[in-house]
Amino acid sequence: MGRAGRWLQRGVFAFVIRPLLWLLIGLRVRNHGALPSEGPAILVANHNSHLDTIVLMSLFDGEKLATVRPAAAADYFAKPGLVSWISRAILNIIAIDRSGVGAEVALQPVRDALGRGEVVILYPEGTRGEPEKLERFRRGIALLISELPEVPVVPVFMHGLGRALPKGERVLVPFFCDVICGDPMELGQMPANEIPTHLAERIGELGKEIQVGWHEEASDPPNG
Amino acid sequence: MLELMWPSPAVGWTIIALWLGLVAASIAVRLVGRRTDMATRVELEERTNTWWWIVALLSLVILAGKLATIVFIALISYLALKEYLTALPIRRADRRVLLLAYLAVPIQYIFVGYADYGMFAIFIPVYAFIFLTFGLVLAGETAGFIRSVGVLHWGLMLTVYNLSHLAFLLVLPMRDGVSADGFALLLFVLIIVQANDVAQYVWGKLFGKHKIVPKVSPGKTWEGFLFGGATIVGLSLILAPFLTPFGWAHAAIIGAILAASGFVGDVALSAVKRDLGLKDMGNILPGHGGYLDRLDSLTLSAPLFFHFTRYFYGA
Repeated sequence: MGRAGRWLQRGVFAFVIRPLLWLLIGLRVRNHGALPSEGPAILVANHNSHLDTIVLMSLFDGEKLATVRPAAAADYFAKPGLVSWISRAILNIIAIDRSGVGAEVALQPVRDALGRGEVVILYPEGTRGEPEKLERFRRGIALLISELPEVPVVPVFMHGLGRALPKGERVLVPFFCDVICGDPMELGQMPANEIPTHLAERIGELGKEIQVGWHEEASDPPNG
Repeated sequence: MLELMWPSPAVGWTIIALWLGLVAASIAVRLVGRRTDMATRVELEERTNTWWWIVALLSLVILAGKLATIVFIALISYLALKEYLTALPIRRADRRVLLLAYLAVPIQYIFVGYADYGMFAIFIPVYAFIFLTFGLVLAGETAGFIRSVGVLHWGLMLTVYNLSHLAFLLVLPMRDGVSADGFALLLFVLIIVQANDVAQYVWGKLFGKHKIVPKVSPGKTWEGFLFGGATIVGLSLILAPFLTPFGWAHAAIIGAILAASGFVGDVALSAVKRDLGLKDMGNILPGHGGYLDRLDSLTLSAPLFFHFTRYFYGA
């Protein structure tokens, strides 16, 4: 990202995204201090909504914002058009090629970003609807984490965004959303095949910290 | 429709008194804080800090005029409604109907802005009631229908309809010969109701013994309620000559009414939280909880105060 690009990104976050998030969502963030103040770091979060990435990025302000890089599927977010432009210019995504090149090759851009000291956002659940690719994505993340034991892994749990804008819905309905940041995890010594389960468990534990009313009842599908 | 104006001397002095009161409260919290445990001290300090923000914002919007104040109260209604809907059970089928409920906020406050009492008084009880019911029918989900329709309309009444009465105080036309300033009336009800919370809490801590509703809110005692109420009647008698057109009898009566309605609003929201298994409605206001944890006692007091004033002094 060039200098002009960084200012554009900061401006859009400061004057468009943050005010809109404040008005339409309203984030209730806990343990904000656990977020990495500098890279390299891996942020892992649960994934329910298109808002997830914007929300996670909005937790970083000023200079730090430009170093935050969400990993996203190249075939979805990097095809020509407005979505792609926003993904690249504002969200500053790392495009991941899912066309079957293998996890090792596909995650090379993430490795490079961490090498440059950036904060990478990963969703261990992968994308929904494509279970076989989801599995590979997960394994890829585990490989990456065990390969780079010195990079802190910070778990984040988001609740309520799947209610405000669930997948497959175009209309956003305002709700407050909770974001719970976990303390950085040491996963370096763990065998790669245990990492995905461990991550999922840790994120699930964070989820238990929030007070939940009735809305997790059967009539309402769980939203993360 | 609206004109900008400098607040009257009574309003100006009241705002200055609020700031001085906060300075005194901050000093008192520091002094008391030394003698209490860590958790209580942090909570008292956070609470006072949040009060500084509330008073600062309120002063600012009052200085900015009627329109700014109405927009501010509309925003508070919206945030309270959002907090309510976030905490309550919502079926996926209801998602879009909630947009209709949110839409009621700007519409209700536009009627306030135009001082259209007729529409202001009936829009939510009549029109929103019909549209929300129809919307939920169209959503097509019958399982949980009554709960949804009840949850939605009760929340709308509480957070939008009731709180909007605070804003209508600013545009309420008065009878000939009655001089009253909307801002002064607004400040009066806000101060009385919030002071009632504090008075009941303090008297309850000092002398509280007999619980009123142990199951709903174990901290509420008859001693706190009665001594608090007496304190508030006294405060009302002191403030009413400056801020309201009330004579001493009306001042005493409205003090007693607000002490009671403040209490009921408070415990009603406590009952909601107990029902949901929540401690607070949110964590937006440090030391207080959510918006509704601060607004609870106002939700029932605002319309009662408004109608008391309108019945005896309104045009």
